[in-house]
Amino acid sequence: MTKPVVALKSVVIRFAGDSGDGMQLTGDRFTMDTASLGNDLSTLPNFPAEIRAPQGTLPGVSSFQLHFADHHVLTAGDAPDVLVAMNPAALKANIKELPKGAMLIVDKDEFTTRNLQKVGYETNPLEDGSLDGYSIHAIPLTSLTVGALAEVEISKKDAERSKNMFALGLLTWMYHRPTESTIKFLEAKFGKKPDILKANLLAYNAGWNYGETTEDFANTYEIAPAKMPAGKYKNISGNQALAHGLIAGAQQSGLQLFLGSYPITPASDILHELSKHKKFNVITFQAEDEIAAVGAALGASYGGALGVTTTSGPGIALKSEMIGLAVMLELPLIIIDVQRGGPSTGLPTKTEQADLLQVMFGRNGECPAVVIAASQPSDCFAMSLEAIRIATTYRVPVFYLSDGYIANGSEPWKIPNVSELPDLKVEFARTQENFLPYDRDPKTLARPWAIPGTKGLEHRIGGIEKADKTGAISYEPKNHDFMVRTRQAKIDNVEVPDLHVDDPTGDANVLFLGWGSTFGPIASAVEVLRSNGEKVAQAHLKYINPFPKNLGDVLNKYPKVITPEMNLGQLALLLRAKYLKDIISYNQVRGLPFSTAELVEAAMGVING
Amino acid sequence: MADIALTKKDFTSDQEVRWCPGCGDYSILSTMQSFLPEMGVPRENIVFISGIGCSSRFPYYLETFGVHSVHGRAPAVASGLAIARPDLSIFVITGDGDALSIGGNHLIHAMRRNVELKILLFNNRIYGLTKGQYSPTSEKGKITKSTPIGSLDTPFNPISLALGAEASFVARSVDSDRKHLTEVLRAATAHKGSALVEIYQNCPIFNDGAFDSVKDPSTKEGSLLQMVHGQPIKSAKYGVVKNDLHFEVKPLDQINEVDIIIHDAHHPDPSYAYALSRLSGSELEHVPVGYSAMLLDRVTHHWSTPNLMK
Ligand code: SF4
Repeated sequence: MTKPVVALKSVVIRFAGDSGDGMQLTGDRFTMDTASLGNDLSTLPNFPAEIRAPQGTLPGVSSFQLHFADHHVLTAGDAPDVLVAMNPAALKANIKELPKGAMLIVDKDEFTTRNLQKVGYETNPLEDGSLDGYSIHAIPLTSLTVGALAEVEISKKDAERSKNMFALGLLTWMYHRPTESTIKFLEAKFGKKPDILKANLLAYNAGWNYGETTEDFANTYEIAPAKMPAGKYKNISGNQALAHGLIAGAQQSGLQLFLGSYPITPASDILHELSKHKKFNVITFQAEDEIAAVGAALGASYGGALGVTTTSGPGIALKSEMIGLAVMLELPLIIIDVQRGGPSTGLPTKTEQADLLQVMFGRNGECPAVVIAASQPSDCFAMSLEAIRIATTYRVPVFYLSDGYIANGSEPWKIPNVSELPDLKVEFARTQENFLPYDRDPKTLARPWAIPGTKGLEHRIGGIEKADKTGAISYEPKNHDFMVRTRQAKIDNVEVPDLHVDDPTGDANVLFLGWGSTFGPIASAVEVLRSNGEKVAQAHLKYINPFPKNLGDVLNKYPKVITPEMNLGQLALLLRAKYLKDIISYNQVRGLPFSTAELVEAAMGVING
Repeated sequence: MADIALTKKDFTSDQEVRWCPGCGDYSILSTMQSFLPEMGVPRENIVFISGIGCSSRFPYYLETFGVHSVHGRAPAVASGLAIARPDLSIFVITGDGDALSIGGNHLIHAMRRNVELKILLFNNRIYGLTKGQYSPTSEKGKITKSTPIGSLDTPFNPISLALGAEASFVARSVDSDRKHLTEVLRAATAHKGSALVEIYQNCPIFNDGAFDSVKDPSTKEGSLLQMVHGQPIKSAKYGVVKNDLHFEVKPLDQINEVDIIIHDAHHPDPSYAYALSRLSGSELEHVPVGYSAMLLDRVTHHWSTPNLMK
C-alpha cells in the first residue's frame, strides 16, 4: 500500500545534531539528491569552530538547512518546516526557530536523563507537553539503526554512527528523492572499508523502509522541479564556484594559475579544490604563513603567472604589507577574502561582511586596490572571471570578497559553455630598445608586464617610490605626488559595469542597496514586499572600488536608500562619504545571514516612517 | 648559454651605488658582477630578489631582473617565482636582520622545501639601515643604541640554523676574499636546490672591525679553517680533529696531521656539516669557511611540481 502523496511548492528542512553526528554530510547528500531532481535550492551550513566540541552540549550542535522549491529560491529560508534533531542539545538549540505546526523528528533514544541534564532540560520535552503544537515523530533512531545492522560485524559505536544514514533514508523516502547518487557516494567513500559501507547502506535502507512501513508517517511529499533557464546545472558551493572560475579564467587568459595559500576557515576549500586540478596548469603552494602565501603569489605574478592568494580577515591583516608592494610593483594579483566573524579570531565558522573597510584602507600610505564582491554561491564563478579581467588588464591587486555564507552555502549553477567565456588573453612586454618599466598604456594606465626571460627588459623594481617611466628610485617630491595620484587614477579608471536597478514600476521611493551575500535575503524581502503591494527597488553592488559610474545617479533617484549589512555600516560609510547621501543603514552581526522577515520589517519601518 | 660572452661591465647597472664608503657590500657586489658572466646564463634569465636593509639594495646595481621586496619576505617572493619559473636562476639577497629576525620563518621553510634559490646572507651582526641596533647575530653583551647595557640574547649561528632547517647546501665566506667567495658562489650555483651562503660583511659605520680576526692579515691565517673538498680542514695554526661526539679545533703542534678531518663537501649526513658549524662561536677564534653540499636524497621543490602534475 503506498501512502498518499501531498504536493508542496517549497520545503525548508534543518538537520541538527552533535558535531560528530555527520549532519553536514547528511545535509549535503540530501542537497545533491534534491539538485538532481531539478528543484531550485539554497543551503545554510552552520557549525561550530571546534572539530568535536564536547558531545551532547549546546556549543557542539551542528546544523544544515536546505530550502528547495518548485520555483526560484533566494535564501536558505527563515524557519524550517521540518527539524531533524538527533539529540536534546540539537532540539534545544533549534526549537526556538521552529514555527508551531512544523514537523519535528527526534531520536528518542538520545533523550536520556543524563543528556537532558547536560543541556538544562529539567523534564523530558517529549513528555512534558512543551512541544505541543508540533507534529512530533519521536523515533528510536539509534536502536533501530543498531538493530538493522545486527548482521554486520562492527562495533556498537560504529553501528550507532550510521544513524545519520537512517535519518537520511527516512527523509529521502518522505520527499521522494532518488537514492542512486547517495549509494554511489557511500560506495566511493567507504569502498576500502566493506563493513562500514555495508552498515551505512543498511542504515540508509532501514530509514527508507521505516517511513514506508510504519504508521508514524501518513503522507509523502513531492516538490515539482523548478522552471529554470535551459541548460545543464550542477549544485555548487561558493568556494567551488570560485575555484572553477579561477581555473576557467586562467585558461582563458593563457596563464598558469598560481595559488599561494595558508589554511584558514572558511577559505581552505578553495585551496583543496584547486589542488585537484594540476592538469589545468594550476600550481598550489601551501605556504608557511599568510605573508609567504601572498608573497609567493606576487613572485609568481612577477614571473608571468596569475598569482592568487586565498584567505579570511585575519590573513588579510597579515598580508597587508605585501599587498602594498603589489600596489607599488603594479602587477596583477588576486586576493580572495572569504570573510568570517571578526575581529581577531572572532567567529571562524560564521559569516560576516566586516572586512570591507579593511580591504579598502588597511594598508600604509595611499594604497588603492580594486574591490569586488560576489553576491551568491553561483555568482562566484563569474566574479572570478571579473577578478582576472581587472587584475590582468590594469596590472593591479584585486580584492575579491566572499563570505562564510556564500562559501559554504550551495545552489544550482548553470554550467556555461566554454564558448560563452570572455577572452582574457594577456600580452607580455616584448624585447625592445630603451625599455621603460613604468611607461603606461594611455587608456588603462597599466605599465608593461615585463617578465624575466625577456631579453633587453632587465630592470629593477621595488617598494621604494619610483620615478615616472624609468622606475628608478626617486625621492623627488613632485614625482611622489604624481605617482600617488597616478596609482589612484588607475584604480578610479577601471571599467566596471553600470549598476542594474530592479524597479518594475519605476516609481518606487525606497531602494534596497546591498553588497555581497545579502543579495538573497534582500531579494526575498523585496518579493514579499511587492506581493504585499509595496513599491520597492533593489540594486546590488558587486563593484565597490571603483563604484559603478551610474551609482551617484541611482542614489539621487531614490529618496530613501536602505543598506542592510552584516557589519556596523561599512558600505554606508563609503556611500555617505562619496555621494553625501544619507543612507539608512540596517545592521546585524550575529554571524548568520539576514532573515527575510527582519528585512521586510525594516523596510516597512522606512516606508511608513 | 649567452650568445656572446658577457663581461663584468654587462652586469653593472646604471644606478649609482649608495652604500657608505668602505662598506663590505661593495666588494661582494664586485665579486658577484665578476662571477655572473662565468655562470653562462643570459642576463634576462637571472633574477635578484632582496628584502629590506643595506644589503637588500644589491639588486639595483646589477643589470639583471631584480625585485627589492618586503622586509624579511624575499624567500617567499622568490619561492613563488622559482616554482612558477623553473627556467630562471634566482638569487635571494638578505642580511642578518632581514633573514634571521623579521624573515626567519620564510628562510627556514625555503630551506626545507629545497626551492631552487641561492640565498646570500650578508652578516654584519648589526642593523645598519636603521642605524645601529643589535641584530640576531650580534654577540651576547653587545652594546648598541638599543642595548646600552649590553644585549642579553644568544645569537644565531646561521649555518647551524640552516642545517636545522634541512638545508641541502650551506657555505660561509668573507666579503673581502674575492677568490674564496667566487669559489663558494660557483659551488652554490652548481648545487641543485636551495643554498645558504653566509658572508661575513664589515659595516664600517656601526660595527667596524667585527670580523677583523678573520680579515686582518696578521690573524686570519690562524683563524680561518679552510674547508676544501679532499683536503684536511685546518688553518695555518690549527686543525680539526674528532672528539667524543663532534669535532674540536687543536693547535697543529698538538695533533698528528693524519688525524685531521679530511673535508668531504658531499658528506650525506648533515650532522657532519652541523658539527663543523659548531666550531665557530661569536668570538670568531676559529671560523670554518667553505661549503658543504649534502647529497641528500631530496628533490628540489620545482622538480617535484611537474611530477605532481601527472
Ligand atoms: S650602514 Fe653599514 S652595512 Fe649599511 S651601507 Fe653603511 S657600512 Fe654598509
